[in-house]
Amino acid sequence: MRHTISVLVENKFGVLARVSGMFSGRGFNIDSLNVAPTHDPSLSRITAVIKGDDASLDMVTKQLRKLVNVVEVVDFKEGQAVMRELVLVKIKADARTRSEIMQICDIFRAKVVNVAHDALIVEVTGDEGKTSAFLRLIEAFGILELARTGQLAMRR
Amino acid sequence: MKNTSSPSPFPQPELGREMNGADCVVECLVREGVDSIFAYPGGASQELHQALARSGQVRVILPRHEQGGSFAAEGYARASGRVGVCMATSGPGATNLVSAIADAYMDSTPLVAITGQVYSKYIGKSAFQETDFFGMTLPIVKHSYLVLSAHDLPRVFKEAFHLARSGRPGPVVIDIPKDVQQARFRPVYPGSIEFKNPYINEVHHASDDQLKQVLKLIAEAKRPVLYTGGGLISAEAHRELRAFAEKVNVPVATTLMGVGAFPETHPLSMQWFGMHGAAYGNWAVDQSDLLLCFGARFDDRITGDVNKFATNSKIVHLDIDASEHNKNKRVHLPIVSDVKYALGRLVELAQATKFTPPDNQAWHDQIATWKRDHPFDSSAGFGKSNHILPQEAVATLYELTKGDAIITTGVGQHQMWAAQFYRFDEPRRYISSLGLGAMGYGYPAAMGAKVACPDKQVIDIDGDGSFVMNIQELATAKIEKIAAKAMILNNQHLGMVVQWEDRFYGSVRGNTILGDQSNVGSPDNPSGLYPDFVKIAEGFGVKGRRVIRKSELREAIQEMLDHDGPYVLDIIVPYTEHVLPMIPAGKTVKEMILS
Repeated sequence: MRHTISVLVENKFGVLARVSGMFSGRGFNIDSLNVAPTHDPSLSRITAVIKGDDASLDMVTKQLRKLVNVVEVVDFKEGQAVMRELVLVKIKADARTRSEIMQICDIFRAKVVNVAHDALIVEVTGDEGKTSAFLRLIEAFGILELARTGQLAMRR
Repeated sequence: MKNTSSPSPFPQPELGREMNGADCVVECLVREGVDSIFAYPGGASQELHQALARSGQVRVILPRHEQGGSFAAEGYARASGRVGVCMATSGPGATNLVSAIADAYMDSTPLVAITGQVYSKYIGKSAFQETDFFGMTLPIVKHSYLVLSAHDLPRVFKEAFHLARSGRPGPVVIDIPKDVQQARFRPVYPGSIEFKNPYINEVHHASDDQLKQVLKLIAEAKRPVLYTGGGLISAEAHRELRAFAEKVNVPVATTLMGVGAFPETHPLSMQWFGMHGAAYGNWAVDQSDLLLCFGARFDDRITGDVNKFATNSKIVHLDIDASEHNKNKRVHLPIVSDVKYALGRLVELAQATKFTPPDNQAWHDQIATWKRDHPFDSSAGFGKSNHILPQEAVATLYELTKGDAIITTGVGQHQMWAAQFYRFDEPRRYISSLGLGAMGYGYPAAMGAKVACPDKQVIDIDGDGSFVMNIQELATAKIEKIAAKAMILNNQHLGMVVQWEDRFYGSVRGNTILGDQSNVGSPDNPSGLYPDFVKIAEGFGVKGRRVIRKSELREAIQEMLDHDGPYVLDIIVPYTEHVLPMIPAGKTVKEMILS
């Protein structure tokens, strides 16, 4: 099972290392990890998607709360939060395939952010279902590069 | 129930006189009540030593190896309950502290480790004696600091000592670059500290509802057992434990970390259980229908195969660290609480509700039978051997000290025999590296304990393997006049590994003989004994004596006890003894080896 947890931390030296080190040291599997400052520059938010059952999620939460620089830990249950991810994908595209790719982009409200002779860079945001559906469709054209933020979450 | 508290209500910050960072560090130590530290100087910590020399308010003990100094700081902390402090220079000085920091993390020992660091401008440049000590110790600290401005020092030290000693105690590292030690400034000492993490600020007290549930479970139980660990000692809750156990009439089995939290000569005591613990303790836990685990963590050396541990028991797990709940073992009733509060409150609630313990005479009779038939010495048979047996040496020490000594140990067979054949009626008397299992811990820890408790007899019961690992500390003991004594159970082998070789590896010796393999020393072959510990001690200016003959044992131990200074007693024992009982790793009580 996949869980999304949101961890508010003090924006201090080594905090990310403490959090990621705890994940690896205690044997938890991370699918994605996102870190950035919040509107309060003294705080950062870490959003992590973790594979595991409820028991191991309970352990993750408790271990995180023990870290001195952690301010808050929220384990989002299904439907409690808005989940979004931003994906940048470079797709192989020539004159023949370009318009078909752009049609798919339209359907997914994805944005073409760069065009070259042989490729397009597309930006798509959405929850996990949408981004993976988009990537599945686009795969046939040839994915040259992929970068994603990892899941972000905010309580409804 | 969760209360938020800061250490004291409204104390005001205080502006200090102008000084440099190193002087401020010393001032912070004095403010935290530190009387002694174990510190080895070097380029990056020299300023701190200069400041300590200027101040003269803190006793600085120079170990002969940073590992010895840091184990000594742990021994000091374990014997006294106060925060132990060790200090080293950057790079190799700091890396030598790693074992003690890891040990303090495993055994929840309050320790502050201060390290010098290279000038901040050189950090990350692979400068001489630079290591990323902050990064290196992340997995083994409760918290850590790299101080980049001298102005942060007063707050950092106040936080560090608070974190080291509060909640579940543990090690805190403070890494201080040399330019921060040299910076001139006027420090502001904070009146109080507050953490942004609400969990750290909370005082954890069990609710009355939870505790009443515990009493209800006890009232319904037929075969209850209290399983108590090191948390009882950290929390200074031994009196409350005794009052509670007597009130509810439940037998107590401790872990090795918890030895002494409940008097081992008490009728309700089943001493300690686990891999080499009392058979009766293991059977009682296995057959219990209610297991009250207080301040312990279901370590694999306690549980064996955790899925087959106490399978018929309802388990209550009370601990101050919520992350221990359901970590190794699923429990029925997890309670987050300071154990001293919980036990005190349980007794109050029991009195208020006129609690009377159920009649579990059959259970108590069963335990009494087990205790009678399977005491620790049932397989030892001292009388039958012509040689001094290691168990006998410990039992004799117990008798001659009347049980009133602080015992430290190295790691191995002697560590188990020390716990089996010395009986501990008070906490902070059995000091040993239990979670980490760090050889070489015994003698430096004994020095630290002796510094903390100068009026107590402190004896390191050690093995000839472990003792050599920090033998250089004899110099510290001599020069610093620390009368810590070492009683070596010398069997010329790495005894515990040999025991496993004998039991599980067809007695093939894989680098477990410590002397010349073609002339292995023993009580029957004194010419092969290696090394000569008495001569080594003599080289350090420490009195030593070797004893081989059984007839001299008692008198030799008495001489060690009477000696006014450090002492090495080298007792030659056969290597053929095994520590029993034994539950092989990962197995269950049913597979316990009794003979």
